[in-house]
Amino acid sequence: MTPQLKIVARLFALLVLVGLSGCNLVVMSPSGDIAKQQANLIIVATVLMLIIIVPVIFLTLFFAWRYRGSNTSAPYDPEWHHSTGLEVIIWSAPLAIIIALGAVTWISTHKLDPYRPLDRLDAQRAVPAETKPITVEVVALDWKWLFFYPDYGIATVNEMAAPVDVPINFRITASSVMNSFYVPALAGMIYAMPGMETKLHAVINKPGEYEGLSSNYSGDGFSHMRFKFHGVDQAGFDQWVARVKQNGTALNRDAYLKLEKPSAREPVRYYASVEDGLYRAVLNMCATPGKMCMDEMMHIDMAGGGGIESHENRARLEHDNRHAGEAAHGTAAPAATFPATGNPARSPEPAEGVNSQQPQGQSGGPSMHQGTHAPGMHDMQGGASGSTTETPQGGAAPAQLNNDAPAKP
Amino acid sequence: MFGNTTLTQFLFGRLSLEAIPYHEPILIVTFIAVAIGGIAMLALITKYKLWGYLWTEWFTSVDHKKIGIMYIVLAIIMLLRGFADAIMMRIQQAIAFNGSEGYLNPHHYDQIFTAHGVIMIFFVAMPFVTGFMNYVVPLQIGARDVSFPFLNNFSFWMTTAGAVIIMMSLFVGEFARTGWLAYPPLSGADYSPGVGVDYYIWGLQVAGIGTTLSGINLIATIVKMRAPGMTFMKMPIFTWTSLCTNVLIVATFPILTATLALLSLDRYVGTNFFTNDLGGNPMMYINLIWIWGHPEVYILVLPAFGIFSEVVATFSGKRLFGYASMVYATCVIMILSYIVWLHHFFTMGAGASVNAFFGITTMIISIPTGAKMFNWLFTMYRGRIRYELPMYWTIGFMVTFVIGGMTGVMLAIPPADFVLHNSLFLIAHFHNVIIGGVLFGLMAGVVYWWPKAFGYKLDKFWGLISFWCWQIGFFVAFMPLYVLGLMGVTRRVNQFEDPSLQIWFVIAAIGAGIIACGIGAFIIQLVVSFMRRDQLRETSGDPWDGRTLEWSTSSPPPDYNFAFTPVVHDHDSWYDMKLRGYERPLGGFKPIHMPKNTGTGIVLAGISIVFAFAMIWYIWWLAAISFIAMVATAIGHTFNYNRDFHIPAETVTATEDARSKLLAERT
Repeated sequence: MTPQLKIVARLFALLVLVGLSGCNLVVMSPSGDIAKQQANLIIVATVLMLIIIVPVIFLTLFFAWRYRGSNTSAPYDPEWHHSTGLEVIIWSAPLAIIIALGAVTWISTHKLDPYRPLDRLDAQRAVPAETKPITVEVVALDWKWLFFYPDYGIATVNEMAAPVDVPINFRITASSVMNSFYVPALAGMIYAMPGMETKLHAVINKPGEYEGLSSNYSGDGFSHMRFKFHGVDQAGFDQWVARVKQNGTALNRDAYLKLEKPSAREPVRYYASVEDGLYRAVLNMCATPGKMCMDEMMHIDMAGGGGIESHENRARLEHDNRHAGEAAHGTAAPAATFPATGNPARSPEPAEGVNSQQPQGQSGGPSMHQGTHAPGMHDMQGGASGSTTETPQGGAAPAQLNNDAPAKP
Repeated sequence: MFGNTTLTQFLFGRLSLEAIPYHEPILIVTFIAVAIGGIAMLALITKYKLWGYLWTEWFTSVDHKKIGIMYIVLAIIMLLRGFADAIMMRIQQAIAFNGSEGYLNPHHYDQIFTAHGVIMIFFVAMPFVTGFMNYVVPLQIGARDVSFPFLNNFSFWMTTAGAVIIMMSLFVGEFARTGWLAYPPLSGADYSPGVGVDYYIWGLQVAGIGTTLSGINLIATIVKMRAPGMTFMKMPIFTWTSLCTNVLIVATFPILTATLALLSLDRYVGTNFFTNDLGGNPMMYINLIWIWGHPEVYILVLPAFGIFSEVVATFSGKRLFGYASMVYATCVIMILSYIVWLHHFFTMGAGASVNAFFGITTMIISIPTGAKMFNWLFTMYRGRIRYELPMYWTIGFMVTFVIGGMTGVMLAIPPADFVLHNSLFLIAHFHNVIIGGVLFGLMAGVVYWWPKAFGYKLDKFWGLISFWCWQIGFFVAFMPLYVLGLMGVTRRVNQFEDPSLQIWFVIAAIGAGIIACGIGAFIIQLVVSFMRRDQLRETSGDPWDGRTLEWSTSSPPPDYNFAFTPVVHDHDSWYDMKLRGYERPLGGFKPIHMPKNTGTGIVLAGISIVFAFAMIWYIWWLAAISFIAMVATAIGHTFNYNRDFHIPAETVTATEDARSKLLAERT
């Protein structure tokens, strides 16, 4: 079997050579501390396993050669089939490696839990006490990314920026189908799921322009569901925010609903202002006027359900976030197009009534949207249905809470 | 429902001429090629008047050997389709750079990768594995057939019906564009309104019935029909792995069936199990499908492990090292495979402790797998290895599979999985274990048991070419994918922006080309061997100096397998019998009680295809009629009391005498 050995050896040599000759293995040499630790973990695990793998491959090829039929000088013992000593070794060697790896896994899984706020900027520096993390709310749309910066009141499409060495708290959801939010240079991926929120904590350590993408197939436009992630210094970040504010239009529900429609290869868009509660409405699948928010429905369910009257809510809980039911397929949402991308603007004018509109998230009524949902309700840890420790007061919930359906614009 | 439908709609549901993809040149060419090939084949069968032969000897046969062979024929045919999809994807990814859209638009490309996954798992690997279990298990345990011979025939035809339904989607309508597990909400009615996902659902549901029933059948066979003296701990290892596999099938396929049934309720009657509306939750689907999906991986690989165990012991001329620990390792893998499913979606946001638990259980599986690897290794130790084709595949497997095992454990560490999940690294990993493990095992099985099934060996020259093409092609095709995964490239992308990636995709496409040569060489090997069958003829029944009972009978075995049921004293029973100077009985034969052929299986499967087609296209009247016909046929079959016959003692004597003559000629 020596030819086989040669081929395997050559392939590995080739791989290593090419790997060394500077192809961009972003996963192994990332620029964010979380991704860096994840890369190190891959190396540790590989080395640990090579302790077993290399001898096995070597022994396979060696035995295959040594005990070949033509080699009559090798011992031949057709009845030898048991050895307690060997059995102990062949079970305990992998066991020992797995115990080591298992310990590494348990510790690293907790330490690198994407839901866990950061406690260090990199291997040397802890997070300074005065640092305020920046929050980014991410929505995976068909097929583009929408980023809300609630601290700055701005939003962008297909471009995000973050200051270096400042922890970023991502809140991630999707409008219609599952996607996965992934910036390989920054941190591992996490699914973006409609009606649910996932979280990711990360920090970028080196300035630069990085690739971001969806890593979970989501339909026709999936291949181009990419964005640029800019790691910039604080001054650069402030400039970027200023530029968004200067060039952007307003993102209200109407503009959002247009943006939400499926489209591929969207240009970068800036929004200088964002309607209050829009992200929360997107998350709870009630950005469309008249829809019931998921957290409300869950509140009703938690309080024992709405009984027979809840049938009235049915239509309000059916969503069409890909707008398949509408004829206007593929019309782009109006917004400012960032000229630097070179992408043509789809629509130069802002949408009808963009500036003449009231924020309508809480229009009418005593703020049912925010007032009544149970604590932790839209904090759904990927299905482990949040921390609904507090039982809602009172008896059965009313059938319809959201009677104050937002008026049509 | 029927309030305002027109007559056309009533008659044809949503089926119309639009459903024929005449605007897709690739499909038209494929269709013409398939049509010409199909007509030519039908013409040849008619010309040589083979219909009667095929119908009475094969299609209606309840003989486990013939059914096993038909399963494997199905698998090889579907392998060609699945591999055509693979080549198309590799070419698309190699050229879709620098603004080029390649030659496949997303609509077509998305169907291709879905079909590739579905076909390779459900209609290549599954029938291949089931075929081997069907053929080999009764022979290895000294039985004359499986426990329920008709059920076996029915299972085969249901699997075939599923394959036919999937193939129909190529030319009538479209296939799913969702990925091979059809995650909702994307696979829900809102986001996949066409017939693609319905083809997927009904294809798998129909085939799933076959798989489940065949699992039940084989468990019953192994548990109840072993030869006297063959206790569980004396069973051949392949039979052991088959037993564990079938336990897995029976325990998990109902989950798949139920999950797909819930999905079809969502799609057909507007329930909301997996939608985002009205409190449904897609995460449930993802959990359920993987509770089936992970054991499925072991359903495929355990029989392959069994084949390697047989091959390595036979060709090392040595008893398998650590038989007991091999059996326990198999059972441990079987049980553990149920508690690892969450590792397919660490990135869904479960808590750290949940992720860590499933990561560690996944790693624990590598302990018994590692033990197996060492057992094969020490079987070779102090052996005398004969380099026949099955042994090449086995050593190729041992070297290739450990690399896949290593990358698998890397993926099992949740934080590492966060950067590797859904990337081409993951694709490279599972092709590494499925090609390097399952496929190499099945190829080893083909060359190992071929002389048993057909009475002549396979040509070694073309076999070696096939082996080396597969082995080298695998590394050339998938090592670049590991690298691309580490470059942050994800799966299911059909156009790329970064030109530096292209070289890797080109290398991978070349690798796929080499694998294509391997498949070509395999088919040439079959043809060449058939032409040279007289030179390759093997009359002893035991060409490899085998160790298990299937080698004690003639090649091919007589209909009744064994004239007298063998009595077993040790594992490796045939080796033991040869050692003790076993003498073949030459007289005193008795009539042998055998099951009779029936066409009910193929009829039921045919009606299932009609039913599925009607459901897919909303042709409700046809669905109702075919469903009633199906139930009626099944009930009708229960009144068939003419189910068995006896092979007369004279026939048995004649068959055995003929064999005695052959054996005498050898010496």
